[in-house]
Amino acid sequence: MMVKKNIQLDAAGRLKHFLSIEGLSKTILVNILDHAETFTSVGERAAKKVPLLRGKTVVNLFFEASTRTRTTFELAAKRLSADVMNINIDASATSKGESLADTLRTLEAMQADMFIVRHQDSGAPEFIARQVSSGVSVINAGDGRHAHPTQAMLDMFTIRRHKPIFENLTVAIVGDIKHSRVARSEIHALKILGVPEIRVVAPKTLIPAEIEKLGVSVHHDIQQGIRDADVVIMLRLQKERMSSALLPSGSEFFNTYGLTSKNLTAAKPDAIVMHPGPINRGIEIDSAIADSKQSLILEQVANGIAVRMATMSLVVGNASL
Amino acid sequence: MKLLIKNGHVIDPVNGLNNILNIWIEGSKIVGVGKKPNGFIMSREMDASGLVVCPGFVDMGTHLREPGLEQKGTIASEATAAAAAGFTTLCCTPDTTPVIDTPAVVELINQRARDVPVRIKCIGALTAGLQGEVLAEMHALKAIGCVGVSNGGNAIKDTAVFRNALEYAATLGLTVFLRPEDHWLATEGLIHEGLISTKKGLAGIPASAELIDLAKSIILIEQTGARAHFQCLSVARSKHYLLQGRKRGLPITSDISISHASLCDEDILDFDTNFHVRPPLRSRSDRRSLVASVAKGDIDVITAHHEPHDRDSKATTFASSSPGISSLDTFLPLILSLVEKGEINLMKAIDSISIQPALALGQKHNGISKGAVADLCCFDPKKEWLVTARTMKSLGKNSPFINQVMKGKVMSTIVAGKLVYSEKAHQ
Repeated sequence: MMVKKNIQLDAAGRLKHFLSIEGLSKTILVNILDHAETFTSVGERAAKKVPLLRGKTVVNLFFEASTRTRTTFELAAKRLSADVMNINIDASATSKGESLADTLRTLEAMQADMFIVRHQDSGAPEFIARQVSSGVSVINAGDGRHAHPTQAMLDMFTIRRHKPIFENLTVAIVGDIKHSRVARSEIHALKILGVPEIRVVAPKTLIPAEIEKLGVSVHHDIQQGIRDADVVIMLRLQKERMSSALLPSGSEFFNTYGLTSKNLTAAKPDAIVMHPGPINRGIEIDSAIADSKQSLILEQVANGIAVRMATMSLVVGNASL
Repeated sequence: MKLLIKNGHVIDPVNGLNNILNIWIEGSKIVGVGKKPNGFIMSREMDASGLVVCPGFVDMGTHLREPGLEQKGTIASEATAAAAAGFTTLCCTPDTTPVIDTPAVVELINQRARDVPVRIKCIGALTAGLQGEVLAEMHALKAIGCVGVSNGGNAIKDTAVFRNALEYAATLGLTVFLRPEDHWLATEGLIHEGLISTKKGLAGIPASAELIDLAKSIILIEQTGARAHFQCLSVARSKHYLLQGRKRGLPITSDISISHASLCDEDILDFDTNFHVRPPLRSRSDRRSLVASVAKGDIDVITAHHEPHDRDSKATTFASSSPGISSLDTFLPLILSLVEKGEINLMKAIDSISIQPALALGQKHNGISKGAVADLCCFDPKKEWLVTARTMKSLGKNSPFINQVMKGKVMSTIVAGKLVYSEKAHQ
């Protein structure tokens, strides 16, 4: 009856916005990873710039607070020689007065070439992508519980650098799956890249409905969930999960689902540990693990810049064609 | 006026008519069906060849938006849209601004509805201001003509207040319109809880939210002796609770909306806010099973559950958009599409949108027979048309069917013998 069209892609199937991993091909994802590889060296140079986005204006449009995602996007844009503008919009201000559509019309008058959008509502970047004029790209920097595609790609990039064959991997994602846009995007990316075994580990209150239909197995015991895993991804636990009666306390969560050295022995000896940050030491992860050699948490941040440079240069290239 | 409707395919569930017949109308009444009344000299003839002629549609819960929310719809605009969609009677929900909780608001609506093409009845509020705390003046609302009372989509959180409201309504013999939804389970939700809500990252409303409140309501209906009509059921399993209640002889009727009869959560395109409706569009199997329940008679009515909105209420993110679908314009073609798919036969479909709602409102319906009030709809079941903001007559353009081709068009609507809408006149 109705035809679903992926609005991220142009008529030739190239990425023109980057809103969600879902529905993208393996070729597109591998292309982003390969592209990011070429940018890793830029940060090591004395002059950390390439002229790919010279003359372009990138607007960081953040309706929700963020430090790490916003700054890595800003750095990535600057290393691509773009002009960057940061706009932080207090969500309460827009919900009271100006509508999102009106805010957008105002911003469009500034003639930006790209919007990097973070919003507390799922689907907001897609809404914005439908409103902007052609030639303007939108990159999703995290929307509600829906998607965080650049985070997922930087995690894929980090995994590939340590475990190059996705087809051989077992990946466990542990923590608040229900409210996590990172987990959703990672699951799609891991599936598309051919990872045969993906597990999610959490109490039932933090597992969203019917997630097994995405092709993951659900575990409620951490040792069982990370057994023989090659990659363990821990998610940040928000404090409001306790006040909304999803969990009794942070310490009980740590005792049951926290990643400790003891639990980690269940995974493969060379397993890598990742976390999108910022971490809650002693709630989802033991300090000793976070700082151990197995932990790639800081490397993820560095890789984030390369991956964001890659996605920005790809979408701008396609949008302006 | 003396009117002859000639050669129409008359379908009337009350009298079991399903053939080509002429209908003679004089004044507000039908004076002959199939057999010309003696001495009838017509002043006007309508050729209904190729058209279906059936009882006019009756809606049990239209959000008319006036007074107070005229940017979304007015009594005049929505009544005009309703006439063009084959409706002859609409029930206005109490969630206007101010709420229909005093006779003055009913009088205001009646006054503004005086010159509109269709009959408009008011559903009064069950609690003052729909706040769920203090009972509304139901006796006064009944006296001024309200067909029932309802708290709309606003939950009565306190079960004792709910019980009292049912008891008081039962004392007055007023039908209580209920939209079962557990406040706590549904409060943050946006769409049906399932794979789609998980994928989209939109908070889910579990099916249990409807079932728990429905079960609770049925228990209290039995205790209080209230007569109830459940509106807008969305979950297939609701049927079991209804049947249990019926088996115990409880006076309950129920409806589903045309949106829930036509769409499921898998149909939601990306984050298109035109699919944001309360209760949410449920699963594919819920949709199928609910339509089957109507076909079987376990659920009585299919309503429009028309909720027009202005552009700003929908041009935003899914979470901050207002729930509701503008459904009058596409009502008939969507009903016919259920018939075409073989989910319900045409006779039963017409029964569920004209006769059954009238009965659920406590009115007698004599169908298309000599002496009956001439409330009729003539439609072309094959005529195709494109849904656009311009072709939609409702002020609310919030339809998930925008830019789609619909099959089936109302050609004329007659209310109490008066031709209130004619497609030809609008071409």
